[in-house]
Amino acid sequence: MSDEKVFLVASSPQIHHADSTSRIMLDVIIALIPAGVWGIYAFGSRALTVIAVSIIASVLTEYFMCRIMKKNTLGDYTAVITGLLIGFNMPSGVALYVPVVASVFAIAAVKWTFGGLGTNLMNPALAGRVFVFFSWTGTMTKWSSPAATRAIDTLSGASPLGYLKTSLLDISGNISGPVEILASYPRSGFSLSMSDWFASALGVRIDPVYYDLFFGNIPGCIGEVSAFLLIAGAIYLFVRKVITWEIPAAYLVSFSFFIWMFDGLRFGTGFFSGDIFFHLFSGGLMLGALFMATDMATSPLSGKGQIIFGIGCGFLTFLIRVYGSFPEGVSLAIIIMNIFTAMIDRLTSPKLFGFVKKGKAK
Amino acid sequence: MKSLKTFPKGGVHPGDFKDLTNKEPIRNAAIKDSFIIPMSQHIGAPCECLVNPGDEVKEGMLIGKASGFISANIHSPAPGVVKEITDIFLANGLKTKAVVLEPSGYFDQLGKNIVPADWNSLSAKELQEKIFNSGIVGLGGATFPSNVKYMIPPDAKVEALVINGVECEPYLTADHRLMLEKSAEIFKGLEILQKVLNPEKIFIGIEANKPDAIDIMGNLAQESGGKIEVVPLKLKYPQGDEKQLLKAITGREVPSGKLPINIGAVVSNVGTVFAIYEAVVLNKPLFERVVTVTGRGIKNPSNLKVRVGTKVRDLIEDCGGVTDDTVKLVMGGPMMGFTMCSLDTPVTKGTSGILALTEKEIGKSVQTACIMCGRCVKVCPIGLVPTKLYKNITHRRYQDAMHLNLMDCKECGCCAYVCPANIPLVQGMRLGKKMANKKVKS
Ligand code: SF4
Ligand code: SF4
Repeated sequence: MSDEKVFLVASSPQIHHADSTSRIMLDVIIALIPAGVWGIYAFGSRALTVIAVSIIASVLTEYFMCRIMKKNTLGDYTAVITGLLIGFNMPSGVALYVPVVASVFAIAAVKWTFGGLGTNLMNPALAGRVFVFFSWTGTMTKWSSPAATRAIDTLSGASPLGYLKTSLLDISGNISGPVEILASYPRSGFSLSMSDWFASALGVRIDPVYYDLFFGNIPGCIGEVSAFLLIAGAIYLFVRKVITWEIPAAYLVSFSFFIWMFDGLRFGTGFFSGDIFFHLFSGGLMLGALFMATDMATSPLSGKGQIIFGIGCGFLTFLIRVYGSFPEGVSLAIIIMNIFTAMIDRLTSPKLFGFVKKGKAK
Repeated sequence: MKSLKTFPKGGVHPGDFKDLTNKEPIRNAAIKDSFIIPMSQHIGAPCECLVNPGDEVKEGMLIGKASGFISANIHSPAPGVVKEITDIFLANGLKTKAVVLEPSGYFDQLGKNIVPADWNSLSAKELQEKIFNSGIVGLGGATFPSNVKYMIPPDAKVEALVINGVECEPYLTADHRLMLEKSAEIFKGLEILQKVLNPEKIFIGIEANKPDAIDIMGNLAQESGGKIEVVPLKLKYPQGDEKQLLKAITGREVPSGKLPINIGAVVSNVGTVFAIYEAVVLNKPLFERVVTVTGRGIKNPSNLKVRVGTKVRDLIEDCGGVTDDTVKLVMGGPMMGFTMCSLDTPVTKGTSGILALTEKEIGKSVQTACIMCGRCVKVCPIGLVPTKLYKNITHRRYQDAMHLNLMDCKECGCCAYVCPANIPLVQGMRLGKKMANKKVKS
């Protein structure tokens, strides 16, 4: 060892886990791709344009913000995720300036006001979406029918939740639940044959509309319709340990509980009769619960805090969906809970080792 | 089989890489042309140096005298001539006085058959004295003088003596090999400790990745009759921390800022117990210990019996040298060890391992802003919120960090190990403690 080599000098620990910020973000992108591809299949090439425009606008805004703030965070893919999620949250027929405005707002105003990555108080993509939703409600709620029902859709692309909300206004008397109202709703050929097949295989006939909801043959935002592929993506993230079970589980379970308990009241079927599956697979719930409520920067740090956060999201989504004037409440619910995150973190700081009940910091 | 015990909160599972050396019997390290013996190898006051350049010393002769209540004697690792007294930097960055020794002459102990001393006739007090005179310190890494640890306050009673055979740091196998090769001696050491401490119960904690050690020690425990129990533990870092180990075995938490004796427990490392055996039975003061020299960057990873003061350079040479792709040299384990800037850094009583790590092993990644993933919070065994502490420290809000219990951080490294943003959290904690202490003083 005559020729002295220079070795690294570093603080402990001297080894590091294989995960990095960019690897985590890349995993999120990978997990979102199937649902995105489905959206493009269902709503056509226009959906691809919307997603592309959103991503480009987000990345460009990030680039300019990095220039201004003299930081470099382009390499961590977070701007790509924000753009992707904004695209996912747009109807395919939306005027193209809408996702551009949403992206600029999300990155410049929401993400960077407090210093960029990790410091934002709300999920940028959701805040961007809510911002444009209230500014251009018209174009933001004009859905197209998916490929599977385009030929037979006589309702010009009403989303199941939207159709339910408007129909409930002029229906009186007792009905069994959402599915009865959706009787005149288009059902895809795929779902009809699925329903037949399962009926012969298992002996139970499930209304075809559930299959359409689950697999994504319904009008809606580009990336939110396929509950099936979103769940598949989330399982990937779970296996890769990017997300943990707390938020999705608390969100979906509490939401299901409130729906089961109270949603029947709207139809006159009393308590404990809500249609859980209809609600779980419609609207933006899966996208929200699996990919947006789990956003690390805007959700609590500890497991306990995350459960409280998830329950809050579930309750607020239920409240807005069932009692609010809009058909869907996922975005708003998550944003509201984002605001409470700091407070939840403070209230749920972990129990300290070696501190008895009224632990003193001495 | 019922599920194994472990501590409940936090912790990480880094790959353990112990198979590099866990089959390698302990062998003696070669004695090279010089020793550098630091006069501070323990927590507490440095020793008073008893020798001058030109002095002749014998193997095991006292050359550094404990000065102060918390301090430990230092003995010469070899016979020879003192060349100079100089200032050196230890791996942890501390500057200390050191004796440079050129070995020559006859070894009094090496290779000799030593007649075991009749220690049974010694009283607890005399045994304590012997432990103090022999310069024994905690060999798990803390290097706290053992005689001080074993001074039990009059109002306290040792309910549990816990022997730490966990060796939770990845790579290291020194304690593992010691338990396999010197189990009878360790049990002799335990007998001595029983006389000193008079504990109600003795537990030996060993992690489940050392089934052979659990077997051997378990058999001896059974033969010794009821009082000693080997507790297999579920693999998790930092189980070898004495407070986490006590929690895992006894279910009790040592209050913040207090010592194990506050809950009636004493924890000692298996290496320490072996050193006590050598000191009391063989009359051999602590001047050598087992060091694991390993890592993918070491050509022949080994477990070596090393005399204190041996240079890292010599040990590495002894193990075939380092490979070209080695990027980091570490003294200690990979989670809490220090990188060395000089190959002339000497082994001290606290050195459990020398690691040569390659690029692939250290898992380097770029540092980004904190993404608030909460992983650091989930792995901190103390229940701290490392990301918040770090932000307070980087904004120089040391007082706020103190209120968030910065001082309870034991720098175990779990948080920084998992942080995907690769933020130097532990470095931050160290800086924060230093600055906070400065503020308190001024
Ligand atoms: S180094 Fe400190 S803050 Fe980090 S995990 Fe260990 S005890 Fe917690
Ligand atoms: S692990 Fe790192 S990135 Fe995650 S919250 Fe802690 S400090 Fe931030």
